[in-house]
Amino acid sequence: MAQVNIKKVVKEYEGGVQAVKGIDLDIGDKEFVVLVGPSGCGKSTTLRMIAGLEEITSGAIEIDGNIVNDVPPRDRDIAMVFQNYALYPHMSVYDNMAFGLMLRKFPREEIRRRVENAARILDIGPLLERKPKALSGGQRQRVAMGRAIVRDPKVFLFDEPLSNLDAKLRVQMRTEIKKVHQTVKTTTVYVTHDQVEAMTLADRVVVMNHGIIEQVGPPQVLYHSPATKFVAGFIGSPAMNFIPARLEQASGALNVRLSDGALLPVPADRTARYAGHAGREVLFGIRPEHLTAASQMEARPGLAPLSLTPEVVEPLGAETLFYCWRDGGEICAKIDPGVAAAPGVPLAMTADMNRMHIIDPATDKVL
Amino acid sequence: MALDATTALAGGPMTPAGGGTLRRLARRRSTIAFLMTLPLIAVIAGLVAYPAGYAIYLATLNRRMTGFIGLGNFEILLESETFRMVIWQSCFFAVTAVILKALFGFWLASMLHHIPTKGQRIWRGMLLLPWVVPPALSTLGWWWMFDPSYSSINWVLTAIGGPAIPWLGEPWWARVSVILVNVWAGTPFFMIMYLAALKSVPDQLYEAAAIDGATGWQGLRYVTLPMMRNIISITVLFSLIVTFANYDIVRVLTNGGPRDLTHVFASYAFQVGILSGNIPRGAAVSLFMFPILAGIAFFVLRGVTQRNKEMA
Ligand SMILES: Nc1ncnc2c1ncn2[C@@H]1O[C@H](COP(=O)(O)OP(=O)(O)OP(=O)(O)O)[C@@H](O)[C@H]1O
Ligand SMILES: [Mg+2]
Repeated sequence: MAQVNIKKVVKEYEGGVQAVKGIDLDIGDKEFVVLVGPSGCGKSTTLRMIAGLEEITSGAIEIDGNIVNDVPPRDRDIAMVFQNYALYPHMSVYDNMAFGLMLRKFPREEIRRRVENAARILDIGPLLERKPKALSGGQRQRVAMGRAIVRDPKVFLFDEPLSNLDAKLRVQMRTEIKKVHQTVKTTTVYVTHDQVEAMTLADRVVVMNHGIIEQVGPPQVLYHSPATKFVAGFIGSPAMNFIPARLEQASGALNVRLSDGALLPVPADRTARYAGHAGREVLFGIRPEHLTAASQMEARPGLAPLSLTPEVVEPLGAETLFYCWRDGGEICAKIDPGVAAAPGVPLAMTADMNRMHIIDPATDKVL
Repeated sequence: MALDATTALAGGPMTPAGGGTLRRLARRRSTIAFLMTLPLIAVIAGLVAYPAGYAIYLATLNRRMTGFIGLGNFEILLESETFRMVIWQSCFFAVTAVILKALFGFWLASMLHHIPTKGQRIWRGMLLLPWVVPPALSTLGWWWMFDPSYSSINWVLTAIGGPAIPWLGEPWWARVSVILVNVWAGTPFFMIMYLAALKSVPDQLYEAAAIDGATGWQGLRYVTLPMMRNIISITVLFSLIVTFANYDIVRVLTNGGPRDLTHVFASYAFQVGILSGNIPRGAAVSLFMFPILAGIAFFVLRGVTQRNKEMA
């Protein structure tokens, strides 16, 4: 049980690539923190610096209040699950899990007790005598997790542990990881580029981009109040629509004017927030799920009517997505499957303006 | 099966019954495969099986090669003090040399492995040289360096205040010299094999081991060596066979002397078989290690196959 503090950490690889550009992050005891971001944003680098596999160029990492910058991985009391599992191919499943304990000179019975306990949690009891080669991907994944659990370390580190599994198994293992964390409650840092994984697993999500942290917060906060355009676009699926627009003030009320002339009134409780930007070009951000068919919504304050002409319609069963293009940008909307939508036929829609976002294109900050 | 049936049907109506079966036989995959490997089988039979069989046959003849004496040559050999010395000598030579080559090879390989790839190639090339130079030639060079009156090694030794060593004149030093040159020439082979093996161990395993709490030595013992086990055993087996058969180094350096005390199987077989004209007994000498090495090879290769099945 431990906390991890990352202070102004910079990582510069040989050749001058700055993979991590000075990040600060405090991870609390028993917390499940997920680092998420696009490929190459420095997630793995950050995780590997916590593990001690990568040297820190500047800054400090503390585990339980002790600076560990120069502590080798074996003395950090952490456990890591790798993307391709990194099981020892010449050892049985049992030995793979027992190895760390054996090196730490645990008594034989204690090792057996711990391995069997982990095998029970992960449901791999019958596999203990097999070699990794004779296991399926999902089973290897469990063994890799078992190897981490038996150690009972201060911190668990996961680097995209599910990305080698097929979609169905991924969902299953995701639940499994969450369950394990609820059982053992070890502080966990988890890296993924899949925002759904991040949202479902995390107590707090850390969104990274280009070596910096864009925003840190619980999943719901990131979803409802993203701080930057990047976070707004990264969290949520399908991604948020960004529509070029202008904020117009008219007789005390504020409106979003789209380029084709459509006028969407800003709810009264937000006018003060945006007043300073009246008359400026902005990006109007709205999620597909907040663009719905007028016929399926009951009237309430903050709904703005809007006409859209679907060009591609994707019925998914539980809902229907449609896409249209305007001003060179794509707009996606999520409507009730009961609403008849056909390509080329204009549809009366409503935008839920209580859920909209206004982005300053100069700073990419969400206002 | 299905294929056979369809080809038979296709060929059936047009050919009489006898021709049909022959054609079917010719079309069967295994038949074709056999016919196509026939040249290789012939080459192996001609170049390997025949000489080996002939050597075994020779070893069972009497000195004049007129009568069959069974294992008589081996009995006579085992009673000879010199041959018992040759057995001991060969085993000592081969085992010591192979162990030293394996150790040095591993040491060099792990040093090379830690040099960044750019500089690695030059060093690899230079370190391979002793193995590439024709052994008769390089051994001649060593012979000059060991030479009693002009030994450059002794010149250096005396220059730094050490004693001059009778490299080839005294039996134990002669043995050391032979082993030294063999190790010098054979280490690069181990080095290159081990280097390839080291490169095939994924870095992540070391990272996992480091996180599991392994020190560098423990990583070597529990990850590197077990992962290299197959290459290590194949390399050692191969080198053991080749070292047991080594001829040129002993021939050039000591020619078996002093007093026949540095002979190994090959040089002794040559002496008995060719120089003394007893070809059957020479054949018996060179065949002596064959069953033992074949047995070792069988067990080593079986272990390798088994591990391959389990791991790779
Ligand atoms: N050993 C290295 N030497 C030089 N540059 C590196 C090295 N490892 C990573 N980088 C660079 O550092 C940046 C961050 O890499 P990192 O592996 O942390 O990305 P990531 O967020 O984990 O991406 P992914 O989702 O693809 O795994 C990348 O631009 C990468 O090219
Ligand atoms: Mg990564």
